[in-house]
Amino acid sequence: MPSMAVVRELILQKKKNLRLLGVPVLGMCADLLIGAGCVAEVESSAVSLGEAGLAPRFTEAVEKGEIRMRDATCPAVHTALQASEKGVPFMPLRGVLGSDLIKNRPDWVVQQNPMQKTGSDPILLVPAISPDIALFHARWADEAGNVWVGRRRELATIAHAAKLTLVTYEELKSGDMLEDELLAPGIISATYITAVAPARRGAWPLGIAGVYDIDDAHLAQYAKAARTREGFQRYLDEFVCTPAKSYSPA
Amino acid sequence: MHSREELLACVVARLIGDAQHVAVGAASPIPATACELLKARGRQLRVSMLHKRKGNPFTEGSRELFDLAGQGRIDVFFLGGAQIDGEGSINLVRAEGKRFPGSFGSAFMYSVVKKTILFREEHSRRVLVPKVEFVSARGTPGALLTGKALFSWQGSRFRLESTHEAGDIRSETGFDYDAPPHVPLTAIPSEQELLLLRGKVAEKIAPDYPDFARRVWGLN
Repeated sequence: MPSMAVVRELILQKKKNLRLLGVPVLGMCADLLIGAGCVAEVESSAVSLGEAGLAPRFTEAVEKGEIRMRDATCPAVHTALQASEKGVPFMPLRGVLGSDLIKNRPDWVVQQNPMQKTGSDPILLVPAISPDIALFHARWADEAGNVWVGRRRELATIAHAAKLTLVTYEELKSGDMLEDELLAPGIISATYITAVAPARRGAWPLGIAGVYDIDDAHLAQYAKAARTREGFQRYLDEFVCTPAKSYSPA
Repeated sequence: MHSREELLACVVARLIGDAQHVAVGAASPIPATACELLKARGRQLRVSMLHKRKGNPFTEGSRELFDLAGQGRIDVFFLGGAQIDGEGSINLVRAEGKRFPGSFGSAFMYSVVKKTILFREEHSRRVLVPKVEFVSARGTPGALLTGKALFSWQGSRFRLESTHEAGDIRSETGFDYDAPPHVPLTAIPSEQELLLLRGKVAEKIAPDYPDFARRVWGLN
């Protein structure tokens, strides 16, 4: 659940040279940032708008060589974050051998499995990734500084691996959610959270489970508009640069 | 009369065979339909749909899917490609100067899942090429199914098993493959299969693939 509210603010503040990491893929948030000229490099297993099709600003920027692309594969990203989470320099991952991804990733190493004493058993090693910032949107934060992400527990791994974790949320709960046994398994504790900020409907036009659904019609509208640079600019003018419209009418 | 989607779903159902656990990725309404068809016939089958909007089976996102697959707990998975070549390699990154979304989990899934079925509705020389420009993933395909034909894998080459309609497949396929002297037509869906597809199965598919259910069965 990307924090679209923060993405829009980054565009308004004209941030430059951002490096984006998709865990494990990226969508509309990356396409907006790329189209707005905020991005220098993307590492991801894919960038697309899902059902709405190709991410048009990403596609054009890569084809024209305007951004650097480090292609990955989903489990390699998860594994690299898990290495950071454990404080180890790398982790092994099965599969991937034979893919051209490896040729394009000098930071990935294929080595003989040191535990296998007889016979050849090559295995891929991926270096730990520790992002400068983990950014996402959650349903709840509480007065103790915890955030609740529910079933999206892979977000905890990003928070554990990142140097700073910034979270926007829908609603603030009083007290400490960790005292509630039913909520506790879906919580990222305050230990890992650097700062939180309220952003009602902050994931829109994407959804947040149980609160609001993805706005498929808006995503399709964006996919169409962003096919051209002019259409993309008109979209920004209407939905990002006009604060009153940067939230869904709910 | 059946639709092309219904025919393809019935072929996929046969390819799944006696698998116990099938994972279905994003934008795969036909594989999902095939799984629901098997279940509607009473088959015990675990289906993990990564993009299920309500009641998603995963509580650790896609990481859990890849860990499941890495342990050998997934029997069948589906992969497509902007390009697919005669060696069974797929390309999801770039071709003819065009950039595609990226490799997703294919580089991993292709080699760890027991049976990977290559599935792409478009059957053309643009998609089915002698050699992919970029190898996103390579592996041993269980089969290759397109909108026009079904191929099996013979160790190092594809073999044409059937065509969905009469026609010249070789001129539309960019890679070389083996074929029997007489290529049969793909078996069409039975009356019973069509009844299930248009009833129980359509209802199950509509919440996660509303556009598909509208287009194929007129469901809203």
